[in-house]
Amino acid sequence: MKTAVAHTYVATVEDRPGALNRVVSLFRRRGFNIASLTVGTTERPGVSRITLVVKSDPDTARRVHANLEKLVDVIQVQDLTSVAALAREFALVKATVPPDKRSEVLRLCGVFRARVVDLSPATLTVEITGTPDKVDALVEVLRPYGIAEMVRTGPLAMGRGAEVNNEVKVAAGIAA
Amino acid sequence: MKRTGSQAIWEALVGEGVETVFGYPGGAIMPAYDALPGYPIRHVLVRHEQGAAHMADGFARASGKVGVAIATSGPGATNLVTGIATAMMDSSPIVCITGQVSSAVLGTDAFQETDITGVTLPITKHNYLVTRAEEIYPTLREAFHLARSGRPGPVHVDITKDAQQATFEFHPEDGPPPRSGRTVRPSSPADLDRAAALIDSAERPLVFCGHGIVRSGASDLLVEFAEKTGTPVASTLLGLGGFPASHPLNLGMMGMHGEAWVNKAVQDADLLIALGMRFDDRVTGKLSTYAVTARKIHVEIDPSEINKNVKVDVALMGDAAWALRELISRVQRRSRSAWLTRIAEAKGDSAVRDIQSMPHSGRLFAAHVMHDLWRLTAGRATVVTDVGQHQMWEAQYYKHDRPRSLITSGGLGTMGFALPAAIGARFARPDEEIWVVAGDGGFQMTACELSTCAQEKLKLNVAIINNGYLGMVRQWQEFFYSRRYVATPLLSPDFVKLAEAHGLLGVRVTKREQVEDAVAQVRGAPGTSVIDFRVEQEDSVYPMVPANTDLRDMIRRPNPTPMLETGSDP
Repeated sequence: MKTAVAHTYVATVEDRPGALNRVVSLFRRRGFNIASLTVGTTERPGVSRITLVVKSDPDTARRVHANLEKLVDVIQVQDLTSVAALAREFALVKATVPPDKRSEVLRLCGVFRARVVDLSPATLTVEITGTPDKVDALVEVLRPYGIAEMVRTGPLAMGRGAEVNNEVKVAAGIAA
Repeated sequence: MKRTGSQAIWEALVGEGVETVFGYPGGAIMPAYDALPGYPIRHVLVRHEQGAAHMADGFARASGKVGVAIATSGPGATNLVTGIATAMMDSSPIVCITGQVSSAVLGTDAFQETDITGVTLPITKHNYLVTRAEEIYPTLREAFHLARSGRPGPVHVDITKDAQQATFEFHPEDGPPPRSGRTVRPSSPADLDRAAALIDSAERPLVFCGHGIVRSGASDLLVEFAEKTGTPVASTLLGLGGFPASHPLNLGMMGMHGEAWVNKAVQDADLLIALGMRFDDRVTGKLSTYAVTARKIHVEIDPSEINKNVKVDVALMGDAAWALRELISRVQRRSRSAWLTRIAEAKGDSAVRDIQSMPHSGRLFAAHVMHDLWRLTAGRATVVTDVGQHQMWEAQYYKHDRPRSLITSGGLGTMGFALPAAIGARFARPDEEIWVVAGDGGFQMTACELSTCAQEKLKLNVAIINNGYLGMVRQWQEFFYSRRYVATPLLSPDFVKLAEAHGLLGVRVTKREQVEDAVAQVRGAPGTSVIDFRVEQEDSVYPMVPANTDLRDMIRRPNPTPMLETGSDP
């Protein structure tokens, strides 16, 4: 049994109708599992950036990468799995917190630098930004109190250092 | 200058060198049809849009150029789907243009509206929905470029009716250059050196000639490579003709219905050099027992094919012609006579089981028909086959010496492909002899295109291998379903009368001694002509490697044949 690990890819795509559909359709028809997918605008007009996390064995991950690069609307795909990269996720967590537990939970949130954004007699909602691990940890700490509702964006990723991911087209090669 | 969107369609096609399109008009594409007169393009009216897509595909495979199919919205467009999927699986460059309802009513379930770009998304290399007249010309230019570049494939352009009707200021030179598909960085000299070292040190190497050899025009280079390295060559179905069948180093087809000695050679080899093929399950059989003793070099233009089915030792990214040129200059000249002798011994063992070696029983076997067709055409015809038993017999018994002389649906296995694909091939090769080889089942799926042959005054020779069954399914029922022939006995019309009803010549053959005369008769006829070959009904294709089985475990032709007398008289 091959081990499935999380592989993170950043794909820059032309902002055309159906571009996201093509990416998602690829995963559906090839049977690849998407752990998370986020889409957003970039520094360049007309170019969107998709951060994808795929849980798979290394061979499947390579095929995901190669298949993504075949899509005409995809400008470039960067594999951030094993390079120095930043990954940040945003989450909103609504925990069931009665008034007598409030101060205790607020202290715990402080440890994670999570910010309280809403309060009701029975609940407390916090926002957190951080690595997926850090968000996981906060969720585990809040779980014993009861999580009423939660939403996570999935990670956004970017390579560290001066190197940038904004090629217009892949360098000269053999057309495929 | 002022142009309508419809005119922009034809301007783009003329600019791409298109001379023939295959199509069927309808409401949403009528403006485009209305603008056709005045452009130097011949329109072939098909009888069903599936035929249009197969014709474009057949044209593309015969010519190496891009084929074009046109249909209206809704049912016209959905009828193209099988043809598009066929072209996708076999990497055939076609552009399909469909009309779409006007942009104002898009998404409202208007009459004959289908979300056809949604439908074709996973079966095209790329597709477009065009809603503005200005976008038509650059989009079509890009579509042609994408269809033929890199690993070729079908591209679909859906154009709303209002975009066809709108008038705009046309400046063909303006606009961005077409985008390329992805580009592959060529493999490094180090990888090429590694591949060459593997080749030099191999004692039992085997070359696989895939469709990529045909696509990249690398046949001569392959001959040079095989001769320099003394390496025998096996072919995939779509690779047949890529290496001359008459060459002493040619082994023949591999895989499920490959020759026994070829599959044995694959399992005995110490190095596979796979050129432009994708290790399809019909080629490999059971993956865990496939060529376990062999190192593997994979030459591929599509990186997503690397390590998909078979793990390889060296992957060379690029087209087969480039890779062969690089490798020929790097490898040592040597002979491998011990290896060739070993294969020849296995070949001798197989030959006695060959239907050609069976005592003549007075019955007509499909293999005899294919062998006689090859002999009588001196192996120089282009053969377009359908899908099933006859396709495998053709692959086994018609020896192809030239690339693009066999046109067949491999990956998708599309019944009904042959007749329309041959019509397309006819426009690519106006003066060559073309034979359609189809079963009685598949032929009936697109038999309506006989009308197209008659209307367009086309010359094709049609051989229907008529065994009264959906033969390949019947064969599987015989082997794997205890001979329960569920839904495979097939009643067909009288194909001779069917031909005559179209004003065409029809001939029936029930005995082997009639084959030669019948072939001569249809070759001499001015128009499309049909031979109804009433062949042995319960014959099977041998050898056969059952699906997902070790290539060594072949079902061989029983010897002597205990085949039932099934009576093939009409």
